[in-house]
Amino acid sequence: MSGRTLFDKVWAAHEVVAETSDTPAVLYIDLHLIHEVTSPQAFSLLQSLGLPVRRPERTLATMDHSTPTTTEQVFGNVPIKVDAAAKQVRQLERNAAEFGIELFGMRDARRGIVHVISPELGCTQPGMTIVCGDSHTSTHGAFGALAFGIGTTEVGHVLATQSLLQRKPKSFAVNVNGKLRQGVTAKDLILSIIGRIGVSGGTGHVFEYQGPAIRGLSMDERMTVCNMSIEAGARAGMIAPDEITFDYLKDTPRAPKGRDWDAALARWRTLNSDLDAKFDASVDIDATEIEPMITYGTNPGMAVPIGGAIPDTIGDAGFDKALRYMGFHNGEGMLGKPVNVVFIGSCTNGRLEDLQAAARILKGRKVAPGVHLLIVPGSQQIKLKAEASGLGEIFRAAGADWRESGCSMCLGMNGDTVGAGQYSISTSNRNFEGRQGVGARTLLVSPLTAAASAVTGKITDPRELI
Amino acid sequence: MQSVKRFRSKTVVIAASNVDTDQIIPARFLTTTTKEGLGKQLFADWRYRSDGAPDADFILNRPEARGAEILVAGRNFGCGSSREHAPWALLDYGFRAVISTEIADIFRGNSLKNGLLPIVVDEPTSQWLLEHPGAEVDVDLQAVRLILPTGRAVSFPIEAFARHCLLNGIDELGYLRSKLPCIERHEAALSGALVE
Ligand code: SF4
Repeated sequence: MSGRTLFDKVWAAHEVVAETSDTPAVLYIDLHLIHEVTSPQAFSLLQSLGLPVRRPERTLATMDHSTPTTTEQVFGNVPIKVDAAAKQVRQLERNAAEFGIELFGMRDARRGIVHVISPELGCTQPGMTIVCGDSHTSTHGAFGALAFGIGTTEVGHVLATQSLLQRKPKSFAVNVNGKLRQGVTAKDLILSIIGRIGVSGGTGHVFEYQGPAIRGLSMDERMTVCNMSIEAGARAGMIAPDEITFDYLKDTPRAPKGRDWDAALARWRTLNSDLDAKFDASVDIDATEIEPMITYGTNPGMAVPIGGAIPDTIGDAGFDKALRYMGFHNGEGMLGKPVNVVFIGSCTNGRLEDLQAAARILKGRKVAPGVHLLIVPGSQQIKLKAEASGLGEIFRAAGADWRESGCSMCLGMNGDTVGAGQYSISTSNRNFEGRQGVGARTLLVSPLTAAASAVTGKITDPRELI
Repeated sequence: MQSVKRFRSKTVVIAASNVDTDQIIPARFLTTTTKEGLGKQLFADWRYRSDGAPDADFILNRPEARGAEILVAGRNFGCGSSREHAPWALLDYGFRAVISTEIADIFRGNSLKNGLLPIVVDEPTSQWLLEHPGAEVDVDLQAVRLILPTGRAVSFPIEAFARHCLLNGIDELGYLRSKLPCIERHEAALSGALVE
């Protein structure tokens, strides 16, 4: 028998009922994360069936997608401006109270983007199965968890049974050799991986990121990589836990303590792919060749090195339509194009290290006239740490708009939007048409590139300013 | 859930590849707390002009699209966000099936749970359908095949259990709850250290 992958091991440990040709597996879910946008209809289902939440202690709720980011709306007496968002927030408060679920409400110091707070609290742990009604749940795979996004019907299934019906996906090894160069970030790495694999190349698969370049990444960086697995179509992305993972978790509030920690550590150390494990697919990437990346089109696979040019064609009907939407022409270089809005934040790049990277560039500099730089921390904890370590002051001095945590301009549900036709340099994960506002034109980049472009007012290679 | 067995309808074609769920239903309409009425906002940014008037050029606003229950789409339909509002909006609008060469994982799962058939076909079949908008197609879930107006039958893959549930109008939650004794045994065997 050949060896097993990390994914095989985590899957097998949670298979309550094995799959057959007629029926999918019943997969046990260790941790269920909830937010206000994809949960209301699931709670309604439970109410209509008269069912309780089966394991409230394995369920954690926060509000992030539609919540305001201005301090007056979060902490002051100014009501939430978007009515429908206010309604969702109140509904989640009611549902959490009724079903006995822990909720990090609007003014809770632990509130933030669902994929940021669970790791920082230590709720996300190696070997777990984690789901959330959100496709970027893949983020938690950075800890060696099997974590994936589900729809609202499945949110209802997990609330009611703590389990899901699932067919086992295939495995896909993403081997990253070499080392990222100076000024090249985890975001550039994942954008080039998506460019290689394609936006649907991972469909039906779970990625495992392996190799020296991955081992060299911090947890914040690993989360950036796993976060965007879904943008290559993959169900989930995983990284085997190691000392970097354990160091990160050790002092988090909800990690096991004392003897439980030792027991957990012994278990976690077994979580890796066997040397002779076979993957259903694989790709090899050389990190040394990667440049800072930027997208030019309307999906995350349409990316080029920042010093490069838009291709002449990619043999896809969507290419011309994308360029028309973006107001770009084939063959054009990316450097020097004008910028209207810069967004630094999201579950991809809203963590402390991302803010530190941006601050490295912004320190002692000013945002270019006419450019709106919006910096939104991934969580209130990150906001507090950024203030305490002086980042907040750097951002304010640079002229940035420094806000409270949330998804904000990543999807523009809360009113933080980009105007029609405007160019937004964004550290988020999706450059789909209209994602950041009707007619908004999004270019995905790293926090370094975003900060550099905010300072110059045009698309800039961050290595010029480091 | 209503059972889905066999139906016949003309098609409407949206040939673009990688149509993501943000296009199917933009995020600003996700502030609803129910499933109903989302059909009005289906493809909102393509369907309506900035002044809110329907864009006469967009296929869903054209007379030939009226009454079509089958959407033929380019490669990788439904990628992006996990929002189940996407199949809800398609169903509420009146679609009962989506046909493409590739359908994104989460969207496919969400569709099956709501009675919208995600039908994956081979390249030549897809090409034919893309080139023949309005074609009358027979969708037979019992026989797991499409019949094109040319008479050609094309079988399509569909997960066996989802098919069983759709044919019989069974809700998957009922089946999952019947496994609660197994789930309880699994929980009893947990060391308790997995989540504290
Ligand atoms: S930050 Fe963006 S991608 Fe992440 S959970 Fe929020 S809306 Fe989704």
